[in-house]
Amino acid sequence: MKSFTYERAKTPAQAAAAVAKQQGAKFLAGGTNLLDLMKLEIETPTHLVDVQDLKLDRIERTDEGGLRIGALVTNTALAADATVRRDYGVLTRAIVAGASGQLRNKATTAGNLLQRTRCPYFYDTNQPCNKRKPGTGCAAIGGFSRQLAVIGSSDHCIATYPSDMAVAMRLLDATVETVKADGKTRSIAMADFHRLPGDTPERDNELERGELITAVTLPRPIGGTHLYHKVRDRASYAFALVSVAAVIQKDGSGRAAFGGVAARPWRVEAAEAAMTQGARAVASGVFAGAKPTEENQFKILLAERTLASVMAQAKG
Amino acid sequence: MKFETPATQNPIDQMKVIGRATDRIDGPLKTTGMAPYAYERHDVASGQAYGYIVGAAIAKGRITTMDTSRAKAAPGVLTVLSTLDHDKPLPLGMMNIAHLYGGAEIAHYHQAIAFVVAETFEQARAAASLIQTEYARDKGRFDLAAAAPSAPYEPSGSGADAKDIERVGDFAAAYAAAPVTIDQRYTTPGESHAMMEPFATIAGWESEKLTIWTSNQMIAWNKGSLAKALSLKPENIRVDSPYIGGGFGGKLFLRADAVLAALGAKACGRPVKVAMQRPLMINNATHRPATIQRIQLGATKDGKLTAIHHSSTSSNLPDGKPETAIAQTKMLYAAPNREYWLKLAVTDLPEGNAMRAPGEAPGLMVLEMAMDELAEKLGMDPVELRVVNDTQVDPGDPSRPFSQRHLVECLRTGAEKFGWSRRHAKPAQVREGKWLIGMGMAVGFRDSPNTKSAARIRLEKTGRLTVETDMTDIGTGTYTIMAQTAAEMMGVPIDHVKVILGDSDFPVSAGSGGQWGANNATSGLYAACVKLREQVAQQLGFNAADAIFADGKVSAGNRSVPLADAARSGPLTGEDGIDYGDIVKKNQLSTFAGHFVEVAVDAYTGETRIRRMLAVCDAGRILNPKSARSQVIGAMVMGAGAAMMEELAVDKRFGYFVNHDLASYEVPVHADIPHQEVIFLDYPDDKSSPMKAKGIGELGLCGVGAAIANAIYNATGVRVRDYPITLDKHLEKLPAIA
Amino acid sequence: MSAPSHSSLDISRRAVMVSGAATAAMSALPADVQAAPAPSKPATMPVSFKVNGKDVSLTLDTRTTLLDSLREHLKLTGTKKGCDHGQCGACTVIVNGERINSCLSLAVQHQGDEVTTIEGLGTPDDLHPMQAAFVTYDGYQCGYCTPGQICSAVSVLKEIEAGIPSHVQEDITAAPAFTNMEMRERMSGNICRCGAYSNIAEAMAAVAGAKA
Repeated sequence: MKSFTYERAKTPAQAAAAVAKQQGAKFLAGGTNLLDLMKLEIETPTHLVDVQDLKLDRIERTDEGGLRIGALVTNTALAADATVRRDYGVLTRAIVAGASGQLRNKATTAGNLLQRTRCPYFYDTNQPCNKRKPGTGCAAIGGFSRQLAVIGSSDHCIATYPSDMAVAMRLLDATVETVKADGKTRSIAMADFHRLPGDTPERDNELERGELITAVTLPRPIGGTHLYHKVRDRASYAFALVSVAAVIQKDGSGRAAFGGVAARPWRVEAAEAAMTQGARAVASGVFAGAKPTEENQFKILLAERTLASVMAQAKG
Repeated sequence: MKFETPATQNPIDQMKVIGRATDRIDGPLKTTGMAPYAYERHDVASGQAYGYIVGAAIAKGRITTMDTSRAKAAPGVLTVLSTLDHDKPLPLGMMNIAHLYGGAEIAHYHQAIAFVVAETFEQARAAASLIQTEYARDKGRFDLAAAAPSAPYEPSGSGADAKDIERVGDFAAAYAAAPVTIDQRYTTPGESHAMMEPFATIAGWESEKLTIWTSNQMIAWNKGSLAKALSLKPENIRVDSPYIGGGFGGKLFLRADAVLAALGAKACGRPVKVAMQRPLMINNATHRPATIQRIQLGATKDGKLTAIHHSSTSSNLPDGKPETAIAQTKMLYAAPNREYWLKLAVTDLPEGNAMRAPGEAPGLMVLEMAMDELAEKLGMDPVELRVVNDTQVDPGDPSRPFSQRHLVECLRTGAEKFGWSRRHAKPAQVREGKWLIGMGMAVGFRDSPNTKSAARIRLEKTGRLTVETDMTDIGTGTYTIMAQTAAEMMGVPIDHVKVILGDSDFPVSAGSGGQWGANNATSGLYAACVKLREQVAQQLGFNAADAIFADGKVSAGNRSVPLADAARSGPLTGEDGIDYGDIVKKNQLSTFAGHFVEVAVDAYTGETRIRRMLAVCDAGRILNPKSARSQVIGAMVMGAGAAMMEELAVDKRFGYFVNHDLASYEVPVHADIPHQEVIFLDYPDDKSSPMKAKGIGELGLCGVGAAIANAIYNATGVRVRDYPITLDKHLEKLPAIA
Repeated sequence: MSAPSHSSLDISRRAVMVSGAATAAMSALPADVQAAPAPSKPATMPVSFKVNGKDVSLTLDTRTTLLDSLREHLKLTGTKKGCDHGQCGACTVIVNGERINSCLSLAVQHQGDEVTTIEGLGTPDDLHPMQAAFVTYDGYQCGYCTPGQICSAVSVLKEIEAGIPSHVQEDITAAPAFTNMEMRERMSGNICRCGAYSNIAEAMAAVAGAKA
């Protein structure tokens, strides 16, 4: 880990300015992913701006009848929130399917959105990786790719984005709110927040340098049965092979988003029209154009069958 | 004490302390964080500096240049050692295959190539990343499946007796004539010990004397190996390892942490501490090698085996050893015609070496799956198939009986307790909602090796006892069974016994490995206690043969004297060891188990959940049923990992295990493991030792993976012969979805 | 030492000399390294927090994790380092009433916090009920993951009591119960390679039952 200086910001704008003005500065929230990566020198900030005092830890109703989740609300607090459990159950279910109790106590909402891939080649600094070190190549292509992306990948990167929480947020049409160093705020739809790798896999998302996430907002509740099924090799404390977030209405219509398959939560709204026709119909639309590797092509069938399981569960 | 004839009645048979479920005496220390592990010895060697290990970035080749200048100039750095400081590798320690350090050649990924010592951990770690190394990469061999077809035989036996293929009878003819046969190929993957405490050592020098506070299962081996590696006299080395955070075979041998801490401490003139960083552990260390196995079974229509072929190919670095996956097959079932072989390919992956139940663990995962397949083909109950093929003698040498073998009772008891009769012989018949339910069973088998072991016991002036031996407790419960042994032999309560372990200044014990620790180490202590009893008797004027040691007193006839009186004029010390005569060769000393498992498989996703597990064990006298049970359930957990998730993923291009941390090499977590049941048959074995005990530490792992696999098959009707049985391997064949 | 001349230690002395020279005189280094900017001194900061009820003040390299501040600076070695990457749970401590992985937290993030470690729960002569239950049910073997398991176990019972939801709840809006599966799911961030899980679950059930 490289040496770094450390400060605690008092306001979001101040924090954004502090990071923007110093090359190599980064925000520090819970630290559960950043410190992990700093120890391996995958991340090498020279200055950390700790945002824990910014008071962005509230969950409030929005005027539109939705919910505004402060960037620093911990995963535990968000999952435990009574309104979230009642109206956005898929979000609670997704969060508690992720990581461990200890990590969820520390990990924040914004930090979860910014967690980086778990691709084993990204994690090994001896290996080429375009996401970690642009232009070095992708060791995962042709390598051990069982966990990696089956869709939305490129010749430069087949990493997946590991969050569970974000899959539910994508399903719920969440919006990410940010503040920039100049104090300007903006909203980014969750659908647009995470980037596909293309030829710039080093950029995970649309944030600019110094841009700070202040909140995630959810629109009005949409009713329905909220389910999240995360499939993995052990029963807990593991990243998804495939996960399915779904909200299913009484008539069988609904939404579905998939985790563990791409560099962003994967949802194809057009394919959701086929929800009443069954999982296969939906999956064939969702995974049209998929480019799996030999090792991970099972994920497409797994996604379909997991969705079928979720649909059956919704029927009761 | 030489053990040459079956044990007769002795003080251990009183079973006042031995055989009672006893809380671990080290429990209060371990549960409060007060038990000191290697890296935590702030109490020894003041002025400890911090070391950090750099691993090779390539799997095969040589270092052309290494620039350590920036690291040396980094803040707080005391010294930087480079493997290029040495013209050639340091001499290998005992059983090491790959060299641990020294020279330009790289034999495997993450081999130690440099060592940074600094004032703080943070400084050492940061400086380590400033070392710049250039390599000339060689094309390595990293693919077992590709290397297997041309792999040479690994002969069994030695000298004139060496044979490529071990044969009994005429396998080919018997197999051809058998009315019922199976012939299948199976694979098991590489596995990692993944013990929770990484390799860790503090090394300190006082002139030419080196002390290492380390984490190692085999103290005498470690001392000898370190002496060899560093060209030191053994008497100038002390190894201390009182608490060990898991080993499972991974800490049997000298590893780079000890070597580098010693070299670093010498170089900077201060004690140095180092713990290997977790991401380096898997490729730097040893692992259980992957295997490709083939089994052919021929049987009569009533299930009598007439022909057995078992062969296994594994790979290792040059001069490495094979994974002996056929070992148990030679002993388990009688069949007049048998054939076995091993092949060993050369690969340049990290070193393959012993991991808990080496040989038996992957061997039984396969053999016992094959038996399940045969049972189905015969239309026979899997339990009955094992019962009809039981043998009470070594099938390869019928003049050698098993000292004891209650395998059939294990199976019968297990079947009854588990409710085996409720199992549907036809697979994929039981469904509860989305869950496919299945039951499976398998036999567990593992030898109980006898090996020399010594100890010392001192009667203090206070009447309390102190036991000293270099024996280790790697979580096995050694502290407690040693205290129980001493208490039973000397007739005192267990809390009057202090046990000090893991110090190379103490008598050399069996050490911990191969499930040989408990029986041999307590037998060594038994011998020392006999010596001490003689001295006590003499001191108090008793005839040792008549004296009864009980309730803190020594008695004979109508005279009774407090034990403490014997040490009034000074402590008395008994020191001796156990050594074994032919008796343990004339008899086959083994342990047996019946494993029973129930699983549920998600009909949609193929995820498997274990619902119930039962092991019935026949392993001689159980010294402490509480810690012995823990050994068994813990091994069953490891077997669950092997069956369901553990696999070292090989990158065949770059030649290393890709999933080299605890997030990506998945081992079972709490959620994977249900309540587990263990039943001990508890037959004292008088041909094993004066303790009449046998090993138990590995038996629980042997066979349990196959029991899980067979249960999964029984649930799904899909036979997966490539471990681990992850959902992707049966997903396509699961029931169609709506 | 009577080591022969090819002794590894003899050879390593060459490295010692170079190292000594490097620290003693920068001029001994090759020119290109001299030209490179000298690495600056690591940043340090003061931090104060409470550990097991006692105030502590340290001046630490900013890179120091909460875990290393406990183990190396305060010599509270009960909290273990198993992976240093949040993948095993051996480093679990309780901060302001919530369990966290102390390896993935910088000490300087904890200014003013209240930290409870395994040493703060009980002592060998005065065990916490959970520590005593681990002994009774043999909920450990090698002991290395044990302090983390116990810190988690104590926290898990509180989390269930507080109604924090979990992955295994059928009804996510309902209050969780002290079932075997609830406890196992919530304990899953604490790996025990010795495989004491079944016994740990029994120890926790005993403590939960005693409380109920």
